[in-house]
Amino acid sequence: MKQSHFTLIALLLMVIAFVAAALFHDSGQKQAQSERATNNSAALIKDYSVKTGNPAAKVTIVEFMDPACGTCAQFHPFVKQLIQQHNGKVNLVVRYLPFHQGSDKMVGMLEAARKQDKFWEVLELMFASQTQWTINHVAQPDTFLGFIEQAGVDIARIKQEMNDPATTKIIQQDMADGKLLGADKTPSFFVNGKPPSSFGYKQLQTLVESEVSANY
Amino acid sequence: MIIPPEAPPQSEIAASCWKLIFVSWLIAMLATLGSLFFSEIMGLMPCELCWYQRIFIYPLAVILLIGLHPLDTHVVRYALPLAVIGLLFTAYHSLLFYGLIPESLQPCRQGISCTDDNMILIGFLPIPLLSLAAFAVITILLLKVRALARS
Repeated sequence: MKQSHFTLIALLLMVIAFVAAALFHDSGQKQAQSERATNNSAALIKDYSVKTGNPAAKVTIVEFMDPACGTCAQFHPFVKQLIQQHNGKVNLVVRYLPFHQGSDKMVGMLEAARKQDKFWEVLELMFASQTQWTINHVAQPDTFLGFIEQAGVDIARIKQEMNDPATTKIIQQDMADGKLLGADKTPSFFVNGKPPSSFGYKQLQTLVESEVSANY
Repeated sequence: MIIPPEAPPQSEIAASCWKLIFVSWLIAMLATLGSLFFSEIMGLMPCELCWYQRIFIYPLAVILLIGLHPLDTHVVRYALPLAVIGLLFTAYHSLLFYGLIPESLQPCRQGISCTDDNMILIGFLPIPLLSLAAFAVITILLLKVRALARS
């Protein structure tokens, strides 16, 4: 056998082994992930969690998100559209996984805005202006406070309530539940307790549609 | 001294040099694919020292392959320094991992700890030790090639 053939075969074998191992690992992970979600369904939704959409909807999307996460901001319009498209058949529960440094303060502002019934306005503003208040993936809450009034909130109350220890407890519980469910990235979605086949708009849409047709 | 691989009859020295470089390349490739598997597929974040070792193993997978076709034993000149520097990092990492250097000296302050439990594969194979073995064997083989080529 020529030396070049030898090298080529070795290279091919290694690449094939890599891909096979990756596929094997992936399918094992997927199964473990959906089992984890089924076994810990009580961790999906808490009474304190932010909810939107028809409360009687038979399909619930649970989103674990981080206000400082760029992909969460990009996903947001899409998730909103998914809920609107299905006319009351789909609702949304928001859980917090503030992985980015400083992001817990952003959650504090969201929870404070929630008391003024302005949660969604503030979240939309956060996502829309995300590049202005994040520097190298570190959230700068003070920068955002500089223009939070655009969301129509009472800024004095936000400042007063954003450090509420109750929010710290909520974050801790959400992080613990996320860990239990295997939500280790943001955004992580569960539709009626099931994780999408893999990460992506299409996969989420497919799962939502299959749940809608199974429940209506 | 470039010896074309297809030039028959190949000298025995060239043939053994080729084999030694080939095995070094195989090890570098396995280490490269292995480390990428840990980080990209299994989602283990590389610790700081792991990054330095990656810097020195990845080029070996390319340079050694180039040295094989056609065989060019001069590749040792370029590959050996990478292997030796990598070896120093893995030696340091292994000492840390086994607690032979006190914790306070270790440079991994943020991110994943270089002495973390997730460094142990399938229950008994520590990643730092695998890396140490890879760099050590590559270094020995390349030294052997150098000695052969000089003779």
